[in-house]
Amino acid sequence: MRALATTLKYLSLVGASIVVLLPLVTIFLTSLRTPEEMAGGDPLGLPGNWLNLANYRTAFTNGDMLVAFGNTAFILLFSITGAVLIGSTAAYAIDRFRFRLKKLVVAAFLFATLVPGVTTQVATFQVVDAFGLFNTRWAPILLYLGTDIVAIYIFLQFIRSVPVALDEAARLDGANSFTIYRKVILPLLKPAIATVVIIKGITVYNDFYIPFLYMPAEDLGVISTSLFRFKGPFGAHWEVISAGAVLVIVPTLVIFLLLQRFIYNGFTAGATK
Amino acid sequence: MKPTTRYGRLAWLTPWLYLAVPLALLVTFTYVPVGAMLSYSLTDWDGVSPDREFVGVDNYVALFTRPELFKVFVVSLYYLVASVVQIGVALYFAAVLTFRTRFRNLFKGILFFPYLVNGVAVAFVFLYFFRRGGTLDTVLGLFGVADGPFWLGDRDIVNISLSGVSVWRFAGLNFVLFLGAMQSIPQELHEAAELDGAGRWQVFRHIIAPGIRPVIGLSVILAVSGSLSVFEIPYIMTGGAGGSLTFVIQTVKLAFQFNKTGLASAAAVVLLALILLITWAQRRLVPDERRSAA
Repeated sequence: MRALATTLKYLSLVGASIVVLLPLVTIFLTSLRTPEEMAGGDPLGLPGNWLNLANYRTAFTNGDMLVAFGNTAFILLFSITGAVLIGSTAAYAIDRFRFRLKKLVVAAFLFATLVPGVTTQVATFQVVDAFGLFNTRWAPILLYLGTDIVAIYIFLQFIRSVPVALDEAARLDGANSFTIYRKVILPLLKPAIATVVIIKGITVYNDFYIPFLYMPAEDLGVISTSLFRFKGPFGAHWEVISAGAVLVIVPTLVIFLLLQRFIYNGFTAGATK
Repeated sequence: MKPTTRYGRLAWLTPWLYLAVPLALLVTFTYVPVGAMLSYSLTDWDGVSPDREFVGVDNYVALFTRPELFKVFVVSLYYLVASVVQIGVALYFAAVLTFRTRFRNLFKGILFFPYLVNGVAVAFVFLYFFRRGGTLDTVLGLFGVADGPFWLGDRDIVNISLSGVSVWRFAGLNFVLFLGAMQSIPQELHEAAELDGAGRWQVFRHIIAPGIRPVIGLSVILAVSGSLSVFEIPYIMTGGAGGSLTFVIQTVKLAFQFNKTGLASAAAVVLLALILLITWAQRRLVPDERRSAA
């Protein structure tokens, strides 16, 4: 009985792994095929030359992937740094100070996490346009900072575990509130910062809709929108589209393999905020 | 908890200095749009012209009475059913992997990875997968099933295919949340129960299941609001064609293709109200002491 249960357990695990991996593996195999091999048709067939990188070259150059990675890196840098600063200062103010309207402020941040970003764009578009930010890289950066403030919750959870006695001690030594934030609180928030960097980083890297809507200009593609544009010119060239998709997936895979533990913890903390 | 006193009468200002930038961004990019959306929803504005007319609740009436606008809710049902499947699958694999398993970390990694993959890449991967003569047809062919349907072209099947992609993509997150909650249950409880002769199903039923109730509640909320706000995958894969139009794709098209800003705003307000309602219901049904501390 036990043996049968164990067999079924491993069978189901292997089955699920195949379901997850098969679509990804076929894309990888396709990315290595020559156009002649594509005409042959079998999606499960192996490529003749495992080092055929021609499709990657086409995808990278004709698909403007270098520009895309540059723009994504720019947006990542500012939105992650901003999220850490904004999240930690707001959490510091909320947890370490007593002030009027505090409950209202907390509620305002909490409520904002429930607003489904995709639909409010109808009106957000008018705001972004009014600031003259349309077709600039600042539009997504500011939207990432002003709409999804998961970071504040993560920092709030961590800052509670930093003993207030440390603040007091620093204050007796003559530190002002900013010095306390900078020298006492922020260094102790490192695990929270790691979590925020990972969650924000992956969300921003993968986001499609905001750059699609706010940065339609040819030279402002991020990796999502640039990959999306493959649909037109490479229409039926699945070997090139596949190479583009692999180029986008590989950085995620590398980060995942390097930072597995942080990623699991980060998403658990982020989702159960 | 005490503010610094060195600045005397201006001390009350200190927390607001730290909050100024976060609040300014929050108000500008969340609350101003929500407010604007509420006011647009009562007008017939097209998003560009300087004048707009107040039309009261006409837009809301149209959303719930014009069948071609209302039918998107039927599409949501496919995703709702899919999210039940998704939670079931995630629960099963989390339960399996809480017990000692060979290659546990490898299986965990494989099951979670799709959640991290870029949505456009996922859409392309599955366009290839569902293509005529593509991966799925080939695999079915190996089992002797020839002439599969048009997975993305057949009105009766397209939503099943697309919601299947959604299960593939999101089950990993539920799975990791469940697994985390299950592993935080002390191992001694398992062992004590097994010493008392409990089988694995009994351990699951009486020890694990009660411990993960809050996480299941959370997942149900995420699933329900997720199935109402489906956008990216169908938008990229089919553009909402052939009966696969979702609520959010419709809203986006109304706003940015047909310049029906008023109607689109009303749709967005309806979605926001539904999500708030569901969240409120969940918090009433599954109180979570950690959350109320926040």
